[in-house]
Amino acid sequence: MPTLSGIVLCLLLASSAAMAAGTNSSPNLGQPAHPGDAARWDIAILADGTGLPPGSGTAAQGASIFAEKCSACHGDGGRGTALLHSGAPAPPALVDDKKLKGMDESRVTIANYWPYASPIFDYIRRAMPWNEPRSLTDHEVYALTAYILAENKLIDAKLVIDARTLPKVRMPNRDGFLPRFPELMPR
Amino acid sequence: MEKRTGLPNIDEAVGEVAGNGLLHRRALLGKGAVAAGILGTCLGPGATGAAAEPLAEPPWGLQIGDDTPAYQTPSKFAKNVVRTLANPKFEPRSSISRTPHHLLEGTRTPNGLHFTINHTGIPEIDPLQHRLLIHGLVKRPLIFTIDALLRYPMISRPAFVECGGNSAPLFSPTPIQADVQALHGLASCAEWTGVSLSVLLDECGIDPRAKWFIAEGADGPHLMRSIPLAKGLDDAMIALYQNGEPLMPGNGFPMRLLLPGYEGNMNVKFLRRLKLVASPAMSYWETQVYTEPMPRGKSYNFDFLNEVKSYITRPSPGVDLKQPGFYEISGIAYSGKGKIARVMVSADGGKSWGEAALQGPIASKAFTRFRMPWRWDGRPVILQSRAWDDQGSFQPTRAEFVAARGQLDAEPLVTAFKNHHCNTITSWAVNSHGKVTHAYA
Repeated sequence: MPTLSGIVLCLLLASSAAMAAGTNSSPNLGQPAHPGDAARWDIAILADGTGLPPGSGTAAQGASIFAEKCSACHGDGGRGTALLHSGAPAPPALVDDKKLKGMDESRVTIANYWPYASPIFDYIRRAMPWNEPRSLTDHEVYALTAYILAENKLIDAKLVIDARTLPKVRMPNRDGFLPRFPELMPR
Repeated sequence: MEKRTGLPNIDEAVGEVAGNGLLHRRALLGKGAVAAGILGTCLGPGATGAAAEPLAEPPWGLQIGDDTPAYQTPSKFAKNVVRTLANPKFEPRSSISRTPHHLLEGTRTPNGLHFTINHTGIPEIDPLQHRLLIHGLVKRPLIFTIDALLRYPMISRPAFVECGGNSAPLFSPTPIQADVQALHGLASCAEWTGVSLSVLLDECGIDPRAKWFIAEGADGPHLMRSIPLAKGLDDAMIALYQNGEPLMPGNGFPMRLLLPGYEGNMNVKFLRRLKLVASPAMSYWETQVYTEPMPRGKSYNFDFLNEVKSYITRPSPGVDLKQPGFYEISGIAYSGKGKIARVMVSADGGKSWGEAALQGPIASKAFTRFRMPWRWDGRPVILQSRAWDDQGSFQPTRAEFVAARGQLDAEPLVTAFKNHHCNTITSWAVNSHGKVTHAYA
């Protein structure tokens, strides 16, 4: 049979749990996520490199991975392929020396437009190869990132790309943007 | 004149409010008998001619009809009311379908006709295995199952979703000859039902350092966008239902993020993760795509809002006029900032304007149908619409838009996205045969 002090303790615990979870009227039907639950999902890399995982790669390593897994769509050396059969645009060239000109977005490239380098790693890891996303190891993604940066002459071809070096790569168009709605930007 | 003919003068009775036959928006309200008489006259002989034979009893009244399907689909006589597909052979690129505005009415897009853009096909997600994780700068990271979310208090609201690339053909220096589906078909509007995101964020307990949240999908691209936390606490929703039924697979089944008024791509589909962070990711989808190079100087990024826009859906290319006489001009207006306050219509290329009737109730950040009675006299005209919202924004003319945002050097493919976020006025030219084409005016 429960004692009075036991009941009081239970009530106290229940009310503090409810307070920790927000308001008493909120349904609170989420399950607590434990450290480690998000390990395989937590793949977002911020512009400043926050979230980059252990591992490293070089352009030389990336060249062979690219030839095997990327060039079918992006062309030899990432220099693009011809138009698709339907005449629709092919997957974009990843290595290109064309200049940005006016408001034509089809002239946008990694080299002339991307303000940060870390999102290259982020995008390859989350979305590529197109038919097998999430199949590359972090080492392979670092190597491909190094290869694309080196082929675009944005880094020295010998540079080892990892969580420390990648955020330091200075992209030429780093200061090329203005927020369209400054009043909506978090301060 | 009225006394001699026994008929009231048309202009005085129904009020011509702008050039080339635009009539007062209330011309057909409360004046039924008078207006009907006039319109009957305007329709010409085809509508009132005596029949040579009495009306027939057609075969469908003489036999049993079809069996009732569990999920009904449109009449075979409406089989042309479909989306157009930009990647019908499923080549290794994005698949895009566009809404046939010119064949629809009202303000809700049927679920089968809602536009979709999917970058690695449409995933088949088992809702029982799907999870939503909210973590990052929160006191209590939480995982939600569908069953759990279905027990939360729900909200329903209409909201349009529009791709940032909708209307991109209007960046062409010449009017691309295409219909309203090809030009503006990447916008649709549905009633969405789901759980207010602010409730879930409150339960997680927001760390004061959080300024943004990252939303991420469960499909192949794992599409990621950075969104100001303030929007998440304002009117963001975890949407589970679309026009009353579970989300369509192409629209994000089993759940999507709904950010009313914000660029379509930010309304992440197949949503599985929200991470609260202090700074944005500058992901592929907010750098390579959905940023706008300008004619000179820097490029725009974080182009969150779909600004006020309108276009006439009838008449429009492919929905031609068969003969002079009465028509209702009908179209869609919407703004990512709020409610539509006013739509003006011109039939003389912008020289004179009349105010269109707005179909109520008018909802914020949702399609608003506008209508304008019109008597076409058979001469060539240019039809335009221009919308204002209740936040003081209005659609720029083409000249104003090009001055601010530029235009391309040469006409692109109609399916190309050479820039984003175009909301200039659309013009339809009607020639003396009633054929409607895209024009710049």
